[in-house]
Amino acid sequence: MKPTSITLTEDTILYLQGVTVTFDGFKAIDDLSLYVTKPELRCIIGPNGAGKTTLMDIITGRTRPDSGRVVFGQATDLTRLDEAAITNLGIGRKFQKPTVFSNHTVFENLELALSGQRGVFENLWFRLLSEARDRIDEVLSTIGLVDHVRRRAGELSHGQKQWLEIGMLLMQAPDVLLIDEPVAGMTHQETEHTAALLTELSKDHAVVVVEHDMDFVRSLNAKVTVLHQGRILAEGSMSRIQDDERVKAVYLGGVEAHA
Amino acid sequence: MLLSDDRAGIGFLLLLGILAVVIPVGNLAVPNDSVFHVPTYAVALSGKFICYALLALALDLVWGYLGILSLGHGAFFALGGYGMGMYLMRQIGERGVYGHPVLPDFMVFLDWQELPWYWYGFDVFPFAALMILLVPGLLAFGFGWLAFRSRVTGVYLSIMTQALTYALMLAFFRNDMGFGGNNGLTDFKSLLGFDLQAPGTRNGLFVASVIALAGGYVVCRWIVRSRLGRIVMAIRDSESRVRSLGYRDERFKLFVFVVSAVLAGVAGALYVPQVGIINPSEFGPINSIEIVIWVAVGGRGTLYGAAYGAVLVNYAKSYLTVAYPEVWLFVLGGLFVGVTVFLPRGLMGLLNDIRERFGVRGGVDGHVEHPPERGRDGLRDVAQGRPQ
Repeated sequence: MKPTSITLTEDTILYLQGVTVTFDGFKAIDDLSLYVTKPELRCIIGPNGAGKTTLMDIITGRTRPDSGRVVFGQATDLTRLDEAAITNLGIGRKFQKPTVFSNHTVFENLELALSGQRGVFENLWFRLLSEARDRIDEVLSTIGLVDHVRRRAGELSHGQKQWLEIGMLLMQAPDVLLIDEPVAGMTHQETEHTAALLTELSKDHAVVVVEHDMDFVRSLNAKVTVLHQGRILAEGSMSRIQDDERVKAVYLGGVEAHA
Repeated sequence: MLLSDDRAGIGFLLLLGILAVVIPVGNLAVPNDSVFHVPTYAVALSGKFICYALLALALDLVWGYLGILSLGHGAFFALGGYGMGMYLMRQIGERGVYGHPVLPDFMVFLDWQELPWYWYGFDVFPFAALMILLVPGLLAFGFGWLAFRSRVTGVYLSIMTQALTYALMLAFFRNDMGFGGNNGLTDFKSLLGFDLQAPGTRNGLFVASVIALAGGYVVCRWIVRSRLGRIVMAIRDSESRVRSLGYRDERFKLFVFVVSAVLAGVAGALYVPQVGIINPSEFGPINSIEIVIWVAVGGRGTLYGAAYGAVLVNYAKSYLTVAYPEVWLFVLGGLFVGVTVFLPRGLMGLLNDIRERFGVRGGVDGHVEHPPERGRDGLRDVAQGRPQ
């Protein structure tokens, strides 16, 4: 099943066209095309080495594609920009491992992520305005960490760190949220909370989730893209994906057999 | 307020204020036979320690807060020192051994006919003062710009800073560099018209050093307490994460590195008139490593800890090198190993642990609010050659 060729609509926020990346002769991403609209919740699944993280790296400017186009919004070519510029454009990323600043408080973590001032000297004179404070409070309640605002981030539980990271993403006011394995290592309850959080966020953001946990992906009830050997194997709703013979063969079958 | 939640910092500044009064009064006003009399050599020695403390403070700013272990901060100190030394040489005028009105003695001795162009202007104090700030700052800017942009970090960066100071030492040893070769610059007579040997001048220099240290502390404190400071500490803890938030980390590193180099240069400039000489050995790699030990002993990431460490280690050094000259290097080596293994957060960390054990909460008034993580990019990493 080839992804249906989509004509660009106004709500397309991100598209990749014919992207290829080679590491030492190994094609990590092979002539891949992907379209994401805003708002949307999209899950990207695939076995290890399918190219999921590389895909994220390409979008955020960590890895440069050998060929192909990566376009944000209507016409911004991301392959020409560096990481910082891409972030400031409105693409936020949550890494696989929660990397919050463990010596900083929860509040300070959010404050650092606050969109806006990124220059050296303006940060020397920086004063937190009341509207920025309100935004931090708002995000704190979205991610459910109001009671932990003064704690050092290093003291938080694993799940709380993941939410704090999502909160930091939100502080950057991005259009696109790239979220790498949000529920790895989470308890059942934390996973449920995260699913609700992501669903809520997908109402006004483009949320792209990379995940291994099939139950979690199912609970998100979103459009799923299956990657395999750097190519898109299938795309569609979870129920459609599950019926796809090739997907079963390379991935889902294996996982279901485990379960 | 800048210092409102910094009790230890206020204590540090108060102590400096007391020193700035007690030492000059003890030297100038208390009669020689009184037990409270401070001998003139002690004034000069204290001034030297205060300059070292400022140098340690500068290093702590980059090591404790930015996570860059500079093994070349002696270079910025020495450059500031040479800047002051050049001014002092020009001040000698006709009072030199050869009595040449323009050329310093060593140039006459080397048969030079005229002053090299880069000595122009150093007879004017404001120009010399500007150079004292500018030259270390520009060197740090150039070096940092190249290193940070290429994302050189950890032990590799440390080695490069060490190479920087070593290269400068070799350069300054050469006679044709025009800085007096291995003899350096010395035989200074006066500063701003004041006789350098006069007790009044010595006390004035001491007080100026104390003011510079206090000012340096306030500047550093202001930087680390700003949002820029929080960004810098975040870079120390997780550089790539800061980049992924959209900050250009290399610019922040560059800013802090340059500020630190300028402070080190000021320390060097105040040091030279008090010790009466500047020569290329100040660029020696060992010197720069000693600075690291001062900061490690005091406890990095507190600012004043570095200053206390510098004074403490140097006091021990000046005592031991006189009383037991053969043991000093063993003590230094022992400190290096001992602090790394047993006191990763230095004496300030130890004090803090003791206070917490006895129930004083809130970590000595919040100054350890963002301590560097134990062992991270610390001495141990360097000792083990572990890159970040």
